[in-house]
Amino acid sequence: MTPKTKWFRNISLTGLLLALYTGLAQAAYEINFQQSATRIGQDINDLHNWMMVIILIIFVGVFGVMFYSIFAHRKSKGHQAAQFHENTWVEVAWTIVPLIILVVMAIPASTTLLHMRDTSNPDITIKATGYQWKWGYDYLKGEGEGISFKANLATPQEQIHGTAPKGEHYLLEVDHPLVVPVGKKIRLLTTANDVIHSWWVPALAVKQDAVPGFIHDTWFRVEREGTYRGQCAELCGKDHGFMPIVVEAVSAEKYTQWIGEQKKLMAAAADDPNKLYTPEELQTRGEKVYAANCVACHQATGKGIPGAIPALDGSKTVLGPKHDQITTELNGRPGTAMAAFGKQLNDVEIAAVITYTRNAWSNHTGEAIQPSEIKASR
Amino acid sequence: MAAEHAHSTHEHDHGHAPTGLMRWVTTTNHKDIGTMYLWFSFAMFIVGGIMALVIRAELFQPGLQFVEPEFFNQMITLHGLIMVFGAIMPAFVGFANWMIPLMIGAPDMAFARMNNWSFWLLPPAGILLTGSLLVPGGAAATGWTMYAPLSLQMGMGMDMAIFAVHILGMSSIMGSINIITTILNMRAPGMTLMRLPLFCWTWLITAYLLIAVMPVLAGAVTMTLTDRHFGTSFFSAGGGGDPVLFQHIFWFFGHPEVYIIALPAFGVISHVIPAFSRKPIFGYTSMIYALASIALLSFIVWAHHMYVVGMPVAGQLYFMYATMVIAVPTGVKVFNWIATMWKGSLSFETPMLFALGFLFLFTIGGFTGLVLAMTVVDVQLQDTYYVVAHFHYVMVAGALFSAFAGVYYWLPKWTGHMYDETLGKVHFWLSLVFFNLAFFPQHFLGIAGMPRRVPDYALQFADFNQISTVGAFGFGLSQLLFLYVVLKAIRGGAKAGDKPWEGATGLEWTLSSPPPYHSFEVPPVLK
Repeated sequence: MTPKTKWFRNISLTGLLLALYTGLAQAAYEINFQQSATRIGQDINDLHNWMMVIILIIFVGVFGVMFYSIFAHRKSKGHQAAQFHENTWVEVAWTIVPLIILVVMAIPASTTLLHMRDTSNPDITIKATGYQWKWGYDYLKGEGEGISFKANLATPQEQIHGTAPKGEHYLLEVDHPLVVPVGKKIRLLTTANDVIHSWWVPALAVKQDAVPGFIHDTWFRVEREGTYRGQCAELCGKDHGFMPIVVEAVSAEKYTQWIGEQKKLMAAAADDPNKLYTPEELQTRGEKVYAANCVACHQATGKGIPGAIPALDGSKTVLGPKHDQITTELNGRPGTAMAAFGKQLNDVEIAAVITYTRNAWSNHTGEAIQPSEIKASR
Repeated sequence: MAAEHAHSTHEHDHGHAPTGLMRWVTTTNHKDIGTMYLWFSFAMFIVGGIMALVIRAELFQPGLQFVEPEFFNQMITLHGLIMVFGAIMPAFVGFANWMIPLMIGAPDMAFARMNNWSFWLLPPAGILLTGSLLVPGGAAATGWTMYAPLSLQMGMGMDMAIFAVHILGMSSIMGSINIITTILNMRAPGMTLMRLPLFCWTWLITAYLLIAVMPVLAGAVTMTLTDRHFGTSFFSAGGGGDPVLFQHIFWFFGHPEVYIIALPAFGVISHVIPAFSRKPIFGYTSMIYALASIALLSFIVWAHHMYVVGMPVAGQLYFMYATMVIAVPTGVKVFNWIATMWKGSLSFETPMLFALGFLFLFTIGGFTGLVLAMTVVDVQLQDTYYVVAHFHYVMVAGALFSAFAGVYYWLPKWTGHMYDETLGKVHFWLSLVFFNLAFFPQHFLGIAGMPRRVPDYALQFADFNQISTVGAFGFGLSQLLFLYVVLKAIRGGAKAGDKPWEGATGLEWTLSSPPPYHSFEVPPVLK
């Protein structure tokens, strides 16, 4: 090795060590799994740690030999090359030994897997539906049956675009968390409305794809009260990174109390599609619906994203005949990012959001769309 | 026969051979075509690399700074497609074109005109892919895996990607037919299959893999195309189809594809390590058996990419066991390379450094592959940055480092000049350090819970992402040095003799550097 390259190698090694050192000096670097709140999660963490030990031993063994050879058998030291090759016993050994190690690894992995996939005898069954880009939950069976809501990203757009400081749970917060009791076996059914999503909460060790048109299941039993945060794990379009999952595990009493509140809220919020609403009522409601469903693409300004998402402010569809806008809202625009909201929103919500867009920003149609008109267009 | 042959050579060299641009458009010479493959690959490598840097720039800190999510998704899609189909695969086809005739003692490839055609299909595909950024709606934003039904929501950029994949597939299949025919029919007298250089063996097996799986990919994207435009519903439950069907077909192609990229890389390493250890490869026969086993196993493990898609537990168990078994032949290869070095007489020129970098980092990629093979662990790691780190260790530190080793190893043969050894070593150390800086922290990000393919992330992932971005930019810029070293060697430098490496063996080193236009006009005879 020439002196020049030696000098260079020293510099680069120092740089690497320095980077490693400054890295470890700060405590914010997580290098292992999140602490698990389920038994399965514990088992996975243990299995992973155990595998890492085996891997490290193999690693040190194999590369110990390699680096010893690099050190001892170099030409610059005058080492003469031996010319041996082929040795049946060595070759048989290094085929059989890894095979045995693999079998040893496969046994605990299989046991945990069988346990993980046993979704029988649940206490509560909840269906999670992936939408572009939010999660919907329906409590199907067990305590809380009948509860149904959607969970939207609660992080304000200003934080995402850097005009406001980011909160502690940036991107991992929702307006309506999934609430479950601790110690109960929760069976989760997953499906999707549009494209494939994946329901993932690391601390619960649950990840299950949500496939449109199919229902798959998984389960978890949370052992400690607390808030557990996860995200959609399958690329599902523009806002894939912005559809978090928050699970709150609470005591049995708190869970019963929560159910009571939800039932009351649902009764109060039940919309009457036959009622005649005032334009003000529709606009106020519409602004909320817009903020929860439309703002990610069409933006709070109604200007959309040039080149990707059309503007609503001054749009031909929004200012044109209302029937066209209602159809677009209900059925979406195939081949574009515009989703069909017909199944996600009820008549009142759709009427409200259309009324809002037709009267917001520089749009002043003065029209108020009534829920009955939506009902007729479905 | 010999006289006739000499006559046609004469005509080709001094008669009607076009010059300038037309020389390259019309050439049927394996070396010219190999060179074009390698330059095309490098150009695509730069294009795909710039896209990677857009991705890393956006991920430097939480929040959206430079690009919108839709464009971000287009970048990850094109980066993947361009790097896999435009950069890495053509690079090894370039090696195959250059080296197979030289290694087996043939004058050229078997089908010289088809060889020209299979190269010239690549630029249109490259233009379709990159050009799709300019059409309304932009490029496909599905990720390189093009999963349905997301692919059904895309604009015409998706159709352009589909056609690009069709064209690339045609090119690969023609290239493969050519390679198989050349290796099976044009070996010098005395070169039995069990005396065939390992690089040719890896390509022989790879070519069969390509012929087996490229039509499968073409089928998958064609079904996407008809679902998009002609009212079929292969991938839509509403019409009786199944979105997961796409994944099965895609990964039935996708997993062998991993070995289509890795096997020729193994081949290059199997030449470089013996040459700089001055010692024959330890287990030639077992290397070939290991190659064949890896190739066969690659067909029966595809669903390990889909553990959480909702398959029966029996399926999960089967795919876990089958996947784990691949570690055995792969281990055999690694042990063989190390046993080759053992008690050799090692020297560390740039090709050897890249080969050792390959050996060390590829094995790390192999270990993380073993972790990912465990279904239950994979439930936590699927679709996270851990997977991103894993396949970049295999694809970049594996395939790309091996391609660098190959370029430095054969550059003296190709150009007739030695490259600048000091700069080559600097290129290696820069690549090694920055590669690890870019990708090692991504293991931690994935384990801690950062999903892949997101333009923005929660605050606890910020620090490792910053390190990764610094590493990525360093790695990208280091490759400009590589370009400089190669150009410098092409333009001049110390004369390389027929055999510039003391320990190199094989027919390619019996020819002059650079080799004559028609390589071996008279077949050499092996004793």
